Amino acid sequence: MPLAAETRRRVIRLEEINDAFSREVIKAGGEKLYVCFQCGTCTASCPIFKFDESYNPRLIIRSAVLGLMDRILNNDMLWLCAACYSCTERCPRGVRPAEVIRAIRNIAAEKGYIHEFFKTQADTIINYGRIWEEEEFVNEMREDMGLPPVPSVNREEVKKILEYTKVKKILASGEGED
Amino acid sequence: MKYAYFPGCVTPLRENSYELSARRVLEKLGVELVELEGANCCGFFLDAVDHLSSIVLAARNLCLAEDIGCHIITLCPTCSGHFTRVKAELSENPKLMNDVNRVLSSVNRRFIGSSEVKHIARVLVEDVGVEAIKKTVTKPLTRLRVAPHYGCHIMKPSTEIRFDSPENPRLLDSLIEATGVKCVNYMEKRMCCGAPVMGVDLKLSIEVVREKLRSIKKEKADAIVTICPFCHTQFDLNQSRIEEEYGETYEIPVLHYTQLLGLAQGYEPDDLGLYENRVMVDDLLSLI
Ligand code: SF4
Ligand code: SF4
Repeated sequence: MPLAAETRRRVIRLEEINDAFSREVIKAGGEKLYVCFQCGTCTASCPIFKFDESYNPRLIIRSAVLGLMDRILNNDMLWLCAACYSCTERCPRGVRPAEVIRAIRNIAAEKGYIHEFFKTQADTIINYGRIWEEEEFVNEMREDMGLPPVPSVNREEVKKILEYTKVKKILASGEGED
Repeated sequence: MKYAYFPGCVTPLRENSYELSARRVLEKLGVELVELEGANCCGFFLDAVDHLSSIVLAARNLCLAEDIGCHIITLCPTCSGHFTRVKAELSENPKLMNDVNRVLSSVNRRFIGSSEVKHIARVLVEDVGVEAIKKTVTKPLTRLRVAPHYGCHIMKPSTEIRFDSPENPRLLDSLIEATGVKCVNYMEKRMCCGAPVMGVDLKLSIEVVREKLRSIKKEKADAIVTICPFCHTQFDLNQSRIEEEYGETYEIPVLHYTQLLGLAQGYEPDDLGLYENRVMVDDLLSLI
């Protein structure tokens, strides 16, 4: 179900509420989650909402406050935030919605709900150290322009430091899920 | 003035004319660039997946600059923004700093936080200065009217970035005006270009930039000027896609600010990679 329909469903069943999820969001970077007073300034400032009203940061924040984990985690809408920080800039309560949404995405990814595009991009970063693999035609073009070749990434170091974070496990757990 | 040049991903792999023109204009302004050997993605693109991974990637890049005792200059505001936010988070959180340094010790590195990070627009405003830029202008482009596109990460979130004013940005306007060009105001000046959602929902991403293009066309701007390689791709590469898909005509050239400044400094279009831009620049060049 699209996020909006899901989050707008007015009746909240008791068994949907998961306090542990709210606390998890707070711990993952949404420290000010509970001070949101639902003014909607974030949504009114959101360039994505402007073109697709099913993406609504205020509703995402509300759902996180109430612990409605299942309504937001397994949902492609979560990955539409452009991280433009307009909401964070204007939120009168200092909730920093962009960062809260980032925290929710981290939790979603860890629980195996990572969006395919982000998964592919993360894979490329782990393997090549950049968001795209370096292709030969780029170097030819750079040479024509008198630029040095694309500076090479120290891929071994990148791989090594990422061994110590959760990212590889997250990508592996997303495998096989849709 | 000397900076370590952090290349990032989008510029060296997709927007080479930005790097070329930036190198030219910085040379003219006496800013020397030192290469950052072995640098990786700034880390921002891992933030949505795993915050800590995005921090260690950023910290590793920052270590490279610390090793050579240089401050960093970036052409991409997302890179400089991410570095700035990571630096702030690490300095406020000693436990996180310890964790990150434990990870970095596996590659014999240690993050201290001694290198500052600035986007090129910030270097131009704060270190070079608008007056010094004006002195390098030999060919003022007085017949042009352009629409500045600031992008988001150059100033937001302002709590960490502290550059210009997101609600009423002025600094790119002042950099543009230094070349003799007039800036036009337009309705959607402050809005995001939509590029970040390109990979998740292309149609939505394009609708965002289409709204900006419409509002720029209304003001009859001769060109759009960007300071972000990703915003540039969105305006420049996707413009023809929008024209095709919606049966509309824009044909508004999109210039990296450094290309505009380069023209005003007397460089030839070829020196600045202007013919690599996807929207043709010939009509624009006939105006200068
Ligand atoms: S702007 Fe802040 S306080 Fe208002 S609804 Fe959004 S998050 Fe809540
Ligand atoms: S950061 Fe995300 S939620 Fe906030 S205004 Fe931008 S696109 Fe909307």
